[in-house]
Amino acid sequence: MNEFLTNYAFLIVPIIKIAILVLVVLTMDAYLTWIERKVIAHIQARWGPHRVGPHGLLQPLADGVKFIFKEDPMPAGVDKAAYFLAPFITLMLALTSLAVIPFGPQRFTIWGYETHVGIADVNISLLVLFAITALGVYGIALAGWASNNKYSLLGGLRSSAQMISYELALTLSVVGVLLIAGDFSLRNIVNLQGTTGQGLLTWNIFPQIIGFICFFIAAIAESNRVPFDLPEAESELVAGFHTEYASMKFAMFFIAEYTSMITVSCLATILFFGGWLSPFPIAWSFTHYLPSLLLVPFGLWVIYDGVHYENIFGRLLLPAVGAAFTALGAALLLFPPVNELVQGPFWFFAKVFTFLFVYIWMRGTLPRFRYDQLMSFGWKVLLPVSIANVILTSVVILWRTH
Amino acid sequence: MTAPLIIFFVLATVAVLGAISLILQRHPIHSALSLIVVMVALAGLSLLLGAEFVAAVQIIVYGGAIMVLFIFVIMLLNAGEEERTNFSRLATFAGLPLAVALAGFIAAAIAHSSSNLPAAAQNGALSSTRALSMMLFSEFVYPFELTSFLILVAILGAVVLAQREN
Repeated sequence: MNEFLTNYAFLIVPIIKIAILVLVVLTMDAYLTWIERKVIAHIQARWGPHRVGPHGLLQPLADGVKFIFKEDPMPAGVDKAAYFLAPFITLMLALTSLAVIPFGPQRFTIWGYETHVGIADVNISLLVLFAITALGVYGIALAGWASNNKYSLLGGLRSSAQMISYELALTLSVVGVLLIAGDFSLRNIVNLQGTTGQGLLTWNIFPQIIGFICFFIAAIAESNRVPFDLPEAESELVAGFHTEYASMKFAMFFIAEYTSMITVSCLATILFFGGWLSPFPIAWSFTHYLPSLLLVPFGLWVIYDGVHYENIFGRLLLPAVGAAFTALGAALLLFPPVNELVQGPFWFFAKVFTFLFVYIWMRGTLPRFRYDQLMSFGWKVLLPVSIANVILTSVVILWRTH
Repeated sequence: MTAPLIIFFVLATVAVLGAISLILQRHPIHSALSLIVVMVALAGLSLLLGAEFVAAVQIIVYGGAIMVLFIFVIMLLNAGEEERTNFSRLATFAGLPLAVALAGFIAAAIAHSSSNLPAAAQNGALSSTRALSMMLFSEFVYPFELTSFLILVAILGAVVLAQREN
């Protein structure tokens, strides 16, 4: 058995890692819908989901069950192959793009196979990521075209036009980071931001603030989120490209959208905000207690909130969840090696969640663009600004080296 | 058979099947999708040769940008299935021998010079990307700049054509 494991570790370890990542990402997607509904509800002075489970925490589960058991009718006159393929393409590409993202600095050896926190560590990971997102538009465009519905078709058309317009700005906005790093590898880009050990002062966000703004706007447009959600503008196009989809196929579009939100947040974190690096200087080792300092009070607060909850189910479930958080925080305090291990992923996910919150915040705040505004903004503002950023960065780098 | 060889044959089969499907499909969208399959398979083949940059750019530029534009235009015009006319039937009869002849010529040329073909240089992705850009901006700078000039002229021409109606 042991011999088998060492011989095929190059195959088994990645499969285990992929299974874990897919599980984590799908759970994050599900709870992202809960967070989104809660946050937007509170922005609009409502309560949001609060019937299924304490604080509506089991709502994503109920939604999942509902999606699986719903009838899945197929409209007349659809292009069958494309209609079936579209949601699969969208979801598959969205999940694949996470494969090249590194989540932490550690390398470790399992069964004689050296591996790291992330699926694939390729030298051109940024280009691979762009290649996969570039193909992502086909799912949406095909869904719109294959549905045999004029609203769907318009949604698909808008989506492909939007992708063409914002793809250029997206790619050009990261060229500044590439010029500074001189490398396509996301791992090296992160490591270069922490070489001096000065904490957040050496992150790319400071020299590349223009690049970051262009990147984030273009990336929101690429993931079809408010204020760039014209392909599914419900006040104009019913539901846009996914009008004719129901049940699990509809859910696949949604999972893909939330996964691409996660990918964009990861990418913004890695390129501009130092990835898994702590914002504090390396010398401040007392900041390593921060995860426990956050987890223990949060867990205690959940216990306190739970024992006062209005029904018995919540009074049982919430304290259990709170106790789990407190125990996790206490365990990190008690076992310093484990605490060191989680530092990288802790900062990485803290930053990613900040970006995800910004996404949701914007959805609750901003109105949708008009179509001509979208086009003129993309071509006349975003593209020239990102080109100017590339030129400026190159000039500064040349000036410094000579 | 080694793993790279197996991957090569899988990708080559996908590319050839995609190309055949591109010709045989009667709906323009299906043809465009077949072309995307061909592009992705070709990118995989470049990856197998150690040309990571070329593979990624192949997908980003051809698979992404250009084919999205094709599909956009087909959807915008709402082009339906092609209708066969007498002339297009003629193309079947004339095209098949021509395609066979072309394939024969290429095969003959490769068979003739197979001993002289240099092997692809296998080096790290970074160095190959860096080497590519060094070549583009030193040895091949004139063809490179001329190509960009040609593209610029084409863009200007497109702008002029689009502006004429106003």
